[in-house]
Amino acid sequence: MGKELLKGNIAFAEAAIRAGCEAYFGYPITPQTEALEHMSRRMPELGRVFLQAESEIAAINMVYGAACAGVRVMTSSSSPGVSLMMEGLSYIAGSEVPVVLVNIMRGGPGLGNIAPSQGDYNQIVKGGGHGDYKPIVLAPATIQELIDLTFEAFDLAEKYRTIVVVLADGSIGQMMEPAELPPMQPVRAFDGRPEWALTGAVDRTPNVVSSIYIDPVEEEIFNLKLVEKQKQIEAEQVRSHKLWMDDAEIAVIAFGTAGRIAQTAVRDARSQGLNVGLLRPISLYPYPYDSVREVAEQVQRILVVEMNGGQMLDDVRLAVEGRVGVDFYGRMGGVVPLPDEVYEQIQKTYAQRANGR
Amino acid sequence: MTGRDGMVESLIYTKPVSLTERATHYCPGCTHGISHRLVAEVIDEMGRRETTIGVAPVGCSVFAYDYFNMDFAEAAHGRAPAMATGLKRVSPDRLVFTYQGDGDLASIGAAEILHAAGRGENITVIFINNAIYGMTGGQMAPTTLPGQKTTSTPSGRDIEMHGFPLKMCEILSQMDGAAYIVRRSLHDVAHIRKAKKAIRQAFEVQEQGIGFSMVELLSSCPTNWGISAQEALTWVEEHMVPAFPLGDYKVHASINAGKKG
Repeated sequence: MGKELLKGNIAFAEAAIRAGCEAYFGYPITPQTEALEHMSRRMPELGRVFLQAESEIAAINMVYGAACAGVRVMTSSSSPGVSLMMEGLSYIAGSEVPVVLVNIMRGGPGLGNIAPSQGDYNQIVKGGGHGDYKPIVLAPATIQELIDLTFEAFDLAEKYRTIVVVLADGSIGQMMEPAELPPMQPVRAFDGRPEWALTGAVDRTPNVVSSIYIDPVEEEIFNLKLVEKQKQIEAEQVRSHKLWMDDAEIAVIAFGTAGRIAQTAVRDARSQGLNVGLLRPISLYPYPYDSVREVAEQVQRILVVEMNGGQMLDDVRLAVEGRVGVDFYGRMGGVVPLPDEVYEQIQKTYAQRANGR
Repeated sequence: MTGRDGMVESLIYTKPVSLTERATHYCPGCTHGISHRLVAEVIDEMGRRETTIGVAPVGCSVFAYDYFNMDFAEAAHGRAPAMATGLKRVSPDRLVFTYQGDGDLASIGAAEILHAAGRGENITVIFINNAIYGMTGGQMAPTTLPGQKTTSTPSGRDIEMHGFPLKMCEILSQMDGAAYIVRRSLHDVAHIRKAKKAIRQAFEVQEQGIGFSMVELLSSCPTNWGISAQEALTWVEEHMVPAFPLGDYKVHASINAGKKG
């Protein structure tokens, strides 16, 4: 296919189309609106479903309905819109239908702003809606990774009958860089829809898709089933990227855009003779606790960098278990840290590496 | 068929195939059972049981899927029209209907029903209006009448405090996308028969792809109204019908054009 210059929002929308996404329901919100616009043009020309909903609440429930019918379906939004989707996402989790959501995060809380942020980590990674569930959460740092993870998200959603969230931020949604799109996959034929789907009870007993278990014992059995599924996901889908860790005395841990900025800072630090490595978690659920633990056993000190007030930091600390000191550097509210700022923090962490916790 | 006493019996009344054998959980005297049966009879008569998908609400009829013998989804409170939209858009040759109460449709789901009608979404909505929240135990609904006592309006609905009931047929009939919007009542046999005809018409509107259809059914809730089943039907006739006039609020031109004779 070859590389082409692609804007993040258009890239993930097209990647979803290539993955055989049959229906898209969404609501405009900056900084992801180009995805909805791309879908509004492309889906009808391919004979697929595009609908601009009256709200994110309606959009996620349209997604829920289409998912019940057994088609590949997605929505995309940004932080305030995703907050509105939390009710629907909980119902979707509670009825185990596959759904893909792309969240192009922006500054908050509240209306906040339209600048890049990683402030939704806790909301998305820890579940978000009511009840016990966790979606698979994948965090790209480049447009190519955004394409690849969105494309794969549909397979993962169906494999585990779960929600898969591609968690990126406004900078990834808005920036352009060369990337390659996957080849087009056909949409599933009506006859090929899953056996659990609501397709009409032709020559079979009726299917019901529901998230209600009025008997607490049955609800607990369902919850335990979700826990078992989570264990399987945790065994099979942990992803992270390690760089320059072989001789590292300290490590920087950062995801998504913060990970990409940190990579530049770590490279600069290494060129100045500092033995620094980088660990960039890609799957935020399941979280790469083992990789963080290995890093903690190797290095003398860790620096966590995020575009929030320290949300993934808690997961790093859970894995480090006090083995080494953990420093944190975060910018919030839509402010993106510069590599020079991170470099300064690396110098501080490096200088204190022998000082223990 | 020969009965115990040697009399010849002929079967004139059977359970629709579109209903399951599940015993009802609805209260004695509740008209949900009648509504369920009318919908099931219509789907049977149209031969569409295997190609119909229902969407249940949150409310007393949350377990509607236990009674309807067909594919069913259970929506979040008020979101059934959005869920039905998703189902219908990816399966346009299936009949898709929602079954919603007044709290679900006219309060928490007001936006979803309004926009489904506005889009002319090709779905059918069965709207059960009994002027009260049943499942949570009798609180004020968006359709509770002025002066009506509920557990959250213990002195009666005070319009100074709570405003006025929403009249959904009147509202939705203003939508260009709405094809068939009618209100019927279930308080006696004659009205029940008219209700069934309307439900049939609504599903036919969908089958013909004419647009959004909704049948509002004035219904009783003896338990939460605190009166007997028979008194409840009388209350529907005497209090609800004047407040929510029966009739055809929107009938798309192509429906009348298709009428025989």
